[in-house]
This record gives sequence, C-alpha cells and structure tokens, in this order.
Amino acid sequence: MPVLFVNKERVDVASSVPGDTPLLWVLRDSLKLTGTKYGCGMALCGACTVYIEGQPTRSCQTPLSSLKTGAEITTIEGLKSREAQAVQAAWVKLDVPQCGYCQSGQVMSATALLAKNKRPTDADIDEAMAGNLCRCATYVRIRAAIKEAAQSLA
Amino acid sequence: MSEFPVVNLSRSRRAFLKAGGAAGAGLLVGVHVPVLAQAPGKAGTAVQAAPFSPNAFVRIGRDNTVTVVAKHVEMGQGVYTGLATIVADELDAAWSQVRVVGAPADASRYNNLMWGPAQGTGGSTAIANSWDQLRTAGATARAMLVAAAAKRWNVPAETVTVAAGVVSHASGRKATFGELAQDAAAVPAPSSVTPKDPSKYVFIGKRAPRVDAAAKSNGTAMFTQDVQLPGMLTAVVLHPPRFGARVKSMDASAVRSIAGVRHVIEVPNGVAVVAASFWTAKKGRDALQVEWNDSRAWTGSTDDILAEYRKLAEKPGKVARADGDAAKAIAGAAKALEASFEFPYLAHAAMEPLNCVMRLSDTECEVWNGDQFQTGDQAAVAKVTGLKPEQVKINMLFAGGSFGRRANPQSDYVVECAEIVSRLSKTGTKNVPVKLVWTREDDMRAGYYRPMYLHTLKAGLDAGGAIVGWQHRIVGQSILEGTAFEGVMVKNGIDGTSVEGAASLPYAIPAIQVDLHTPWTSVPVQWWRSVGSTHTAFSTETFLDELAAAANQDPVAVRRTLLAKHPRHLAALELAAKEAGWGSALTPGKAGEKRGRGVAVHESFNTVVAQVVDVTVKPDNTYKVDRVVCAVDCGTAVNPDVVRAQMEGGIGFGLSAAMYGAITVKDGQVEQSNFHDYPVLRIHEMPDVIVHIVPSTEKPTGVGEPATPVIAPAVANALFAATGKRLRTLPLKLA
Repeated sequence: MPVLFVNKERVDVASSVPGDTPLLWVLRDSLKLTGTKYGCGMALCGACTVYIEGQPTRSCQTPLSSLKTGAEITTIEGLKSREAQAVQAAWVKLDVPQCGYCQSGQVMSATALLAKNKRPTDADIDEAMAGNLCRCATYVRIRAAIKEAAQSLA
Repeated sequence: MSEFPVVNLSRSRRAFLKAGGAAGAGLLVGVHVPVLAQAPGKAGTAVQAAPFSPNAFVRIGRDNTVTVVAKHVEMGQGVYTGLATIVADELDAAWSQVRVVGAPADASRYNNLMWGPAQGTGGSTAIANSWDQLRTAGATARAMLVAAAAKRWNVPAETVTVAAGVVSHASGRKATFGELAQDAAAVPAPSSVTPKDPSKYVFIGKRAPRVDAAAKSNGTAMFTQDVQLPGMLTAVVLHPPRFGARVKSMDASAVRSIAGVRHVIEVPNGVAVVAASFWTAKKGRDALQVEWNDSRAWTGSTDDILAEYRKLAEKPGKVARADGDAAKAIAGAAKALEASFEFPYLAHAAMEPLNCVMRLSDTECEVWNGDQFQTGDQAAVAKVTGLKPEQVKINMLFAGGSFGRRANPQSDYVVECAEIVSRLSKTGTKNVPVKLVWTREDDMRAGYYRPMYLHTLKAGLDAGGAIVGWQHRIVGQSILEGTAFEGVMVKNGIDGTSVEGAASLPYAIPAIQVDLHTPWTSVPVQWWRSVGSTHTAFSTETFLDELAAAANQDPVAVRRTLLAKHPRHLAALELAAKEAGWGSALTPGKAGEKRGRGVAVHESFNTVVAQVVDVTVKPDNTYKVDRVVCAVDCGTAVNPDVVRAQMEGGIGFGLSAAMYGAITVKDGQVEQSNFHDYPVLRIHEMPDVIVHIVPSTEKPTGVGEPATPVIAPAVANALFAATGKRLRTLPLKLA
C-alpha cells in the first residue's frame, strides 16, 4: 500500500489503485482533493501543478509508481506558507481570477517562484509562469499580483 | 429552494487518511457547507427560518445575508459580481453581506429577456437583459424593508433611510436587513418602484470586488469536474475519428477485464466506458477495439473546403445589405482594390474540458453542470430520457471557461451524458450519478468549432481618395441552420451571425453591398466568443486600412471622417488614439527589429471597442504585441473593474486566435489534439493592456465578447505599419 504524505497528512493509497495512475487522479478521485485541476493530461497547461518534495510538478504526468514511499505532496488545499498567503491575498486584491479553473496551478507556480526569488523581474515571472495556461488570459493581473505579493513580503 | 454549493469546504476535514481505490471504496466528501449561500433548511446545515424573498432574484436571511440569485452562468465573465452589483446598489446593501447563487433551470422565472422564453447566457446579454429587472428587484426589496421599519417604528416611510445594509431613522433607531427580514416578508410588495438616480450609485460605476475571487484563488471553487456524489461513476467516450462515422463492430473484452470498469455502452456518437474513476475509464476507453462504419462519414479535408469556398466566392451570394449600386460605383472609380481573407476553424479550448454530471431516476434527471443554455439542455435531456423538461433539474456550477462552447444548440455533450445514464437506467442501473469527462483531446477533436470563412472585398476610391463603393462577399457555414434558433435568427436565407459586423458596417460609404454564401459541410460548428465579428471585424478593419494606405491617408483620420454620424464609435476611437499617443513616434526597437502601430474599431453586442496596438517584429519575422490601448463604450459600466478584466481577457483570447488558432482536417480527421499543436497565448506573449471606459449613463451593453474581435485587425494593421506586408490569412504569420 503506497504511503504518501499529502498536505502533511499520512495517506495510505489503496493497493487497488494502479501504479500507472497519475498523481492528479489519485488526488482528485481517491482523495477527493479537487483543487488540483485536470486541463490537458500532457503537462502542457500547468493546471495540475502540485509540489513534490517542495518542487512544482505536473501531477498529470507523475504516475503513482514513480513516487517514493513517504513522498511529501503539497496541493492547493495544503498551501499555507507566508508566500502562499501573500500570493492569494494579492490574487484577491487584484481580482485576478476569471473562470478560475487554472488558478490553483497559477497560485502554486507563483508561490514557488516567490519562495526562491523575493524580487522577480518580468523575465523571471515569464520563465516561472509560462507553463501555466489561462484561456481567460488573466496574465496582466497575474503579473501584477506576483509583483504585489513580492512587495507585501518585502 | 436549495442550491448545490459551489464552494468546497471539505479541505478542512481530516477525513482522507485512508484513500480509496479504483474499486470505489474511497471516502466521499461528507458535507459540503455552502458559504457563498446558506441553503435554508437543507439537511446537514442548520435549519433556518425562511428568508425574506420579495422576488425570484433577492433573498434576505435573518442572518443578514443578501443572496442574489443569478440566472446566468459564471464562466469567468464576472457576471455573478455584475448582477450582484446591480442588486446591492438598489438595495443599499453592504457588499460584505452579499452572496450569489446560481438560479435553478426555470425559464418561467429566469429567462434571458433578450432571448425570449429561454434561459441561457450568451451574446454578451447577461447584464444588459438583467439591468432593469434587477434594479426593480433590488428597489422592491429595499422598499419593503423600509416599509417594515416604518411600521415597526411608527414613522413615515419617507423618513427612513438605508445605507450599507443598515436601515435608520433620524430618531436614532436602526435595524439590519436581517432584523427586518421577517417583518418585510409580511409587507405587501409595492406595485411600482423607481430605481436610483445615477448620482446616488454606491457600487455601480465604482469598485465592488469579485464575489468568487477568494474561492478561485484557494482551490475551493466548485466546477463540474469537481462534483463528487455518493456512488458516482465516471464515463469516458470513444468518439469516431471522423465526423458522421458510426460503430460497425466493437470488441470490449480487453476493457471488461480492467478492474473498476463497470459498463461499456454504445451511444449514438461512440462508445462509453463507465468506471469507478476517471483513470480506469480512460484506460478502458483506450483498450477498446472499434471498427468504424465510414459510409456516412466525411473523409475530406479543410483544404477541399477552402477550394470550394474560393469557387463560390466568384459568384454572387444572397444579399444581406445593398445601399446604392456598389458594383457600378467601383467600376467607375479612379482606383479599385480587391482582397480576399481566409479564416480557419477554431476550437474554444476552455481550460475545463467538457464534462457533465447526471443522475436519472424514473421521475427526475438531476444535472450538475456549468450550464450555459438551461432551457435547451432541459429539452434535449427530456427528449433522450422521456421525461418532461421540468423534470430535468440543473444544479449550477462554475464553468471553467466556455467562450460559447457550453451553449451548444444541439446540447451535444449534455445529450451524450443523458444517453449514457438513460442506457444504464434501461439496463437496471438507475439513480447512479455519472460524470462524463471529455479529455483535452476529445474537447479539441469532437467538434463544434468557429466556422471556417472566406471573405472577398472590393472597393473603389475617387480621385480625392474617398471610398465610393464597397462590396463584401462572405462564404461560410451557418451556425444556426437546423437549430432552434433558426426561425428567429435566419432571415431570407441569411444567418445573421454570418454577416454581423459586415452588414452593419458603420462607415459612411455611398454604395455598400454585402452578400453571403452558406455552404454546408460535415464539420460541426457553433458560436465562439464574439461570433460573426470574429471574422467580419478583421476583413472590414484591415481592408479599410488598405484603402487608407492606398489613398495616402492616416488610418485614424479616415475612420474619423467616415464615422462622423456614429458618436459612440467616434468617442471610443478618439479616446484610444489619444491615450495611445497616435501620431507620436514609436520608440525604436533593438537592432534589426521593426516596430509598428495599428488601429481598429468595431461594434459588437451593442458595445463599441477601439484598440491601438504597438508591435515589434523581430529579425526572424516573429512578432510580439507589446501594448494595447483599449477604449470601450459599454453604456453604464456596472462594474468597471470587471469591464477592464473582460477587455484584457478578450484581447488575450483574440490574440491566441490571431497568432496561432487553426483547426485543420485531413482525410476526415482533425489534426490537432492538445495545446502542443493548438497553441494558445502564454504569459510572456501577453501585451500590456490599458483600458479606458467611455463615460456613459446609457443602459449597460455587453462586455464579455466585444474586445475579442478587435485585436486581430489592429495587430495586422500594426504589422503592416512595421513591415509593409498585408496579412489576410489567419493566423497571422509573417514568416
């Protein structure tokens, strides 16, 4: 029975869950953690971004069997860091979301960016966020909100 | 009335210590506690006294919440916030007490007043059709609260005031809405109310933050994809590789041996695999062996369609507009220009691939969906299931984008889900909720695209450079033929959505002719954000630019002259031009780069948008749109920040199509499948967008769509300014 730590809680994934199941669907269908979204299934859109051992990762392309026992997974539901709070506050302050479907992934990527880069430039933002699609094209506000969050953390 | 909650609070529980397997042993989300709305009297929540419900749109609870019932789907356009802004203003509520819930499917109360007796969202009508209705609803509720307070305090109603959710009297007496709710429910509704004078607005035209921003920033917002119900199964469908193909034979033996697969069902448009989880259903679908019957399938290519359209364009079509004798005017002109324009099929590609949840019993079909066309979907589900439309109950979820796709005139994906639960029901699996999930590939390949179009334009200039005649021919499929909308929106063989924006050309040209060919093809089509204007704005606004260049005139100046009788166009154009510094020199690019500035103006859905675009063309002939200055006249801007967001987003959406968008078909098969071969705009390609709203006290008009059609022609005109090259085929490629 694979053991994971999801948002700091121990999870024993039922052995009936096939090892080729992407982490995304373990989270969504088995754990009912639906904040992490399915968008493309090919790691092209970023809607499924979670952290594995702290690293932003596309969960749709991460088979359960590829995870080591006791792997630490953080999803949008478990995002609690100072950077995360600043990002989410900025997202609300600037009314970033439109349809909102991609925004869990956007928030995960933006938080990861600020965790390692306190003062991201436009080029840093482009690099960190280019893997996260938004069909509503909220990009203008995503950029502004990341800067807003960085400022609030300074 | 109760609503399915749209915010998932299950994150706070510690319930998933042992995760279930594909066999469905997993724990289900226990209780969804609605926070956007308290569902009164619903099992599992505290039972509350009935709220004060003066009409179908406003409920005031004794807990002092104001619940606005939204008859339109929230798909990103900000409509929950916009509708609530109108009600809160008339009510003089505090913004913090306002909640929004999706209305049930019931066209007798929640019809779109611009559509007739049908409930649905589209054509940028949500705020425009709700404006008077919700002002009246809010003002009525306010008047009843005031009457209740006046009676309780024994003072004249005229001396009672309301501000920020508090009802007051000069004597110092105060009461909250919640405290007055019970009394207000006993007050007779006034026969008429007068909405506020604009000078008294508290929220309208000012800032009222989005009601869904927090839930959409922390993962709790509920989309159809997120619905979890006890015993729910997931269905994934194998669609035919060619439009019109049918199952000839299938071998599902490999599928049935996969643990967790419950059912394999043939449906009219393919084979559904129904399983305990998505991944199992998808693996089952991938293991299906199906031989297709192509006898009624289309095996052609989009290149064939284009070749046919080119031939058609040589002959006159059905006349959609005829002012004067355009052919004669052009024949007699000092100079004549001619150009043709090509537009590919486009997929909507919303971030949330299509999906739908349904549970069918003998007496009811319950639907969970971010539903854009409730009345049509009710009728379609009723037809499949044998129920009456009113037995089809729709729970509204947020839609993860749509751009028109979830308002399918054939209710295609909704019908597909109904076919599945209907067949399951007939074989004894009743009352089991099924979530139909389309993969991204299904979403991109299973059809319903913005149609392909070919336009040809001719115009004549006199010796002074004035345009004396304009001929515009459009070739393309009808979106509405064969749908329930045909009777209303197809007139004399002209589908209004094929020629909108062209037949309504605002420019003062003495002779204008617009005609239309409506060929039929097997490729399924439907509306796509801004519909006909997606192509008509491009051909008209770039051709006008060509004429201006041929006459050696400034693109803004020529529009200014020709729009003299269209003050809204003129105001938007002048505002965008002024704010963009039209006429001033562009900062030069780096060595080898070329820069250019272009303009376009277009009216759609009664809203006028003008955009001035700056581009940089790189030495390798790729280009970047650097900045867009956008001016919009949408009447009263109910919620200006939502208007700005729709301009920003509409521009980004249009830019995806301008730079990349194309669905092509070869040998009957769609060639694109996912975001690697149907790229859409990413953050580093997004321009700066500066939005200016033309001040207005007219009634509000649409904002969800009108920014989209303007960006492509403005970019093409800017690319011409930079390179001297005219691009007339979409997407716009210089290399």
